Amino acid sequence: MTQAFPFSAIVGQEEMKRALTLTAVDPSIGGVLVFGDRGTGKSTAVRSLAALLPPIAAVAGCPYNCAFDAPAPGCPHCSAHPPERAETRPAPVIDLPLGVTEDRVVGALDLERALTRGEKAFEPGLLARAHRGYLYIDEVNLLEDHIVDLLLDVAASGENVVEREGLSVRHPARFVIVGSGNPEEGELRPQLLDRFGLSVEVASPTETAQRIEVIRRRDAYERDPAPFLKRWRAADTRHRKKVLAARERLDAVAVPDAVLEKTAELCIALGADGLRGELTLMRAARALAAFEAADAVAPAHLAQVAAGALRHRLRRDPLDEAGSTVRVMRAMDEVLPR
Amino acid sequence: MTALASAPGPSSALPSAPQPAAGATVTVTDAAGAAGDAAWGTALWAARLLALDPGLGGIWLRAGAGPAREEFVGAALAASGRPAARMPMGAEPARLFGGLDLTATLRAGRPVQAAGLLATLGCGTLVVPMAERMTPGLAAQLAQRWDAGAGFALLALDEGEADEPGPPPALTDRLAFHLTLPPRALRDGPTPRPAPPSQAERARLGSVGMPDEMLMALTEIAATLGVATLRAPLLALRAARAIAALEDKPAVDAAAAERAAALVLAPRATRLPAEPDQPQQSDPPPPAEAEDRDNQAAPGDAEAMADRVLEAALASIPPDVLARLAAQGAARAQVQAQGGGAGEDRRGAGRGRPAGSVRGDPRRGARLDLIGTLTAAAPWQALRRGAHQGRDDGRILVTPDDLRIRRHRQRVERVVIFAVDASGSAAMARLAETKGAVELMLAEAYVRREQVALIAFRGTAADLLLPPTRSLVQAKRRLQGLPGGGGTPLAIGIAAALSLADQVTRRGQRAHVALLTDGRANVARDGSPGRPQAQADAQAAARALRAARVPAMVIDTGLRPDRAARDLAAAMDGLYLALPRADARALSGALRGALDGSGA
Repeated sequence: MTQAFPFSAIVGQEEMKRALTLTAVDPSIGGVLVFGDRGTGKSTAVRSLAALLPPIAAVAGCPYNCAFDAPAPGCPHCSAHPPERAETRPAPVIDLPLGVTEDRVVGALDLERALTRGEKAFEPGLLARAHRGYLYIDEVNLLEDHIVDLLLDVAASGENVVEREGLSVRHPARFVIVGSGNPEEGELRPQLLDRFGLSVEVASPTETAQRIEVIRRRDAYERDPAPFLKRWRAADTRHRKKVLAARERLDAVAVPDAVLEKTAELCIALGADGLRGELTLMRAARALAAFEAADAVAPAHLAQVAAGALRHRLRRDPLDEAGSTVRVMRAMDEVLPR
Repeated sequence: MTALASAPGPSSALPSAPQPAAGATVTVTDAAGAAGDAAWGTALWAARLLALDPGLGGIWLRAGAGPAREEFVGAALAASGRPAARMPMGAEPARLFGGLDLTATLRAGRPVQAAGLLATLGCGTLVVPMAERMTPGLAAQLAQRWDAGAGFALLALDEGEADEPGPPPALTDRLAFHLTLPPRALRDGPTPRPAPPSQAERARLGSVGMPDEMLMALTEIAATLGVATLRAPLLALRAARAIAALEDKPAVDAAAAERAAALVLAPRATRLPAEPDQPQQSDPPPPAEAEDRDNQAAPGDAEAMADRVLEAALASIPPDVLARLAAQGAARAQVQAQGGGAGEDRRGAGRGRPAGSVRGDPRRGARLDLIGTLTAAAPWQALRRGAHQGRDDGRILVTPDDLRIRRHRQRVERVVIFAVDASGSAAMARLAETKGAVELMLAEAYVRREQVALIAFRGTAADLLLPPTRSLVQAKRRLQGLPGGGGTPLAIGIAAALSLADQVTRRGQRAHVALLTDGRANVARDGSPGRPQAQADAQAAARALRAARVPAMVIDTGLRPDRAARDLAAAMDGLYLALPRADARALSGALRGALDGSGA
């Protein structure tokens, strides 16, 4: 596997980079949905994420990425083999390819052992590998319906339960779903849309100078990755340190009542259903405040994340031709006059 | 030139890439002969470049099965000098990407891993027949391998007609070359097969310089031609480097950039730069600059360079670009309607061609997938026998968990609804042209086994002249007798198209609306005159069409295309095509070209 394009070297696409960063600071924000044209650096950004995330400490040998200091209670591996030592793993960023089978996602009977030794054993699937990390679905809008249902279920409960003919496995599966797709090729079901914490619309840069810079960097990377990676390593490390610091600061960041009120007002003004929008908006604003080393969430933080947290939760209104982003911005101006 | 003894030089045995034709007025009718040779030469060039740098992804080759295509595939594989494999039809992912070999495992009693086709290929070439049928899932997996650094090249053979969607865009976006192979006569005989790139050429590739103005020029051209994806200019850069390496140049020069633009960017063009709303901002470069073939041009000349390279690219834009644009729109709509994750899903258990199998209960009216069920049950047999002592009577033990049901995907018939503006503003002369264009599109629809319906609107009403039918003759007759004149009740026309589309959808067919108008509505929905209200109503009707998710396109028949029709297309989320006076000929020519191509 070649080394991924450095996160810091991605030109523009600030909103996408910010959304991904915020989920790294606070995974409870939920997933990120990146919708946009082809060739806008969607998959590049996600694949570069791995290098940006702080590694995780896991129980050595545990295929479910159990934390060493607190292995999951029902973990099939850790309950059978008491954890002995910890090992550091890179934070998982797992690809969920289209056309993947259900067995491969949730895990299934270990074919190898069943066939050769007649043993009944569970082979963990992609959900197990993605625990405590990211699950990346390219072309999420083209994913088979039954896989989508399954992901929804696991994402909601944070736990993967497999019950098959005497094979009963239950393991934690908490991950950030990152989905990307091209809306022209199919819409996403509203239920799935709602599960994503943040949504980002990306477009090809229209400015020539920016386009040229993209091409220049990408070309340099493809020509000779080593010096290019070296040049950006410092920036990536800086970013990673900021994420780590923000994680530690996160709990200490105050959320003033005034900000909570504004959050509620904003959601009501937009008619965004349910509390999920409010919660995500608050969490995202808090993560941003932590990332920017602020002590408390300010309205400015709210303003920066509002579009991402809410635009995919609006009811569709065929008569309002303004895009969702515009509608969120309009509401923002009413609730938080600048 | 060094060490080219084994490989024929680009100037000798191989026809070179097409040079910018003077005036670029190649009509479709005389596209044989010289143009065909040039296209063939271009294709071989692409093959050589791909051989030198597999990082170019591959070639999307649109051509019918036949000796010409085989000739080209043979030449391309000979040029690559690397291993090649043909993708087996309906290959399981495990066959392609590797996995546990069930048969061998059972026989050997120990796990036997089968290496996937891709792993054995390494940097070789994967030939994909019938690429147009490739599922988005497989395309996504291939793309993922590339992203992870796999070095294989792809030769995607697409047998689709000119207006069919082709392989999934996730794939074609990553293939540098999009080629259409011209028909070849038998008398042309076998082409000389290009030799694999020499060591020297490979060595040179790594050291070819890329002057910044070339990089800027290629990026700008891509933007000018409306190529949004940034992969395209990157692939063009790669191609330019490979061209320079083959021609033994130390750095990419203007000629190499021109060829790269012609090869990689021109086929992706979605618009021509000379559109009416895009006046040329810069003055034409002084001739001295344009003739400056020196690759060490100062950065200030970047614009002039861009213009030159653009010219070369324009010259090689195929004359049927408009037809292809329309086809892309249709393809987009088609994909839109497929949208696996979305609600409008025609995958079911009933009819159509198989689309895999899923775990399920056949008692609920679905059909049992016997092989799938047995496959699911197979690995459990040893375990289950162990559980049922003495039950080893040779029977296969199947439990409800194993049951698999078959899923099918239905091919849905399309109904193209033509809504034609027959008002006075679409002046009589234009109406005749419009009729001509409709007639051509009707014929095209007929070739594709689609049904067509015809609605005409004028005065204060819309008439359904022709309910959905396959009869071309009938459609033509109704069209001939179409009277013109009166106001433009655009909203009424669109509403009529929508209600017909509704009917069609309820019947289980898919509707597609083609609206031919100048967009200048002046009769409101309730039949009252007045431009502002009429425009607002038309917009509302267009949005209703979008809300109903009916794919639509607007063909602007106005003499001077303006915002009205374009806004309408935007409101419908549909494709917009202008049919301005000067281009009317081109459009019908392009349409005819598409027809000839598909009729052959």
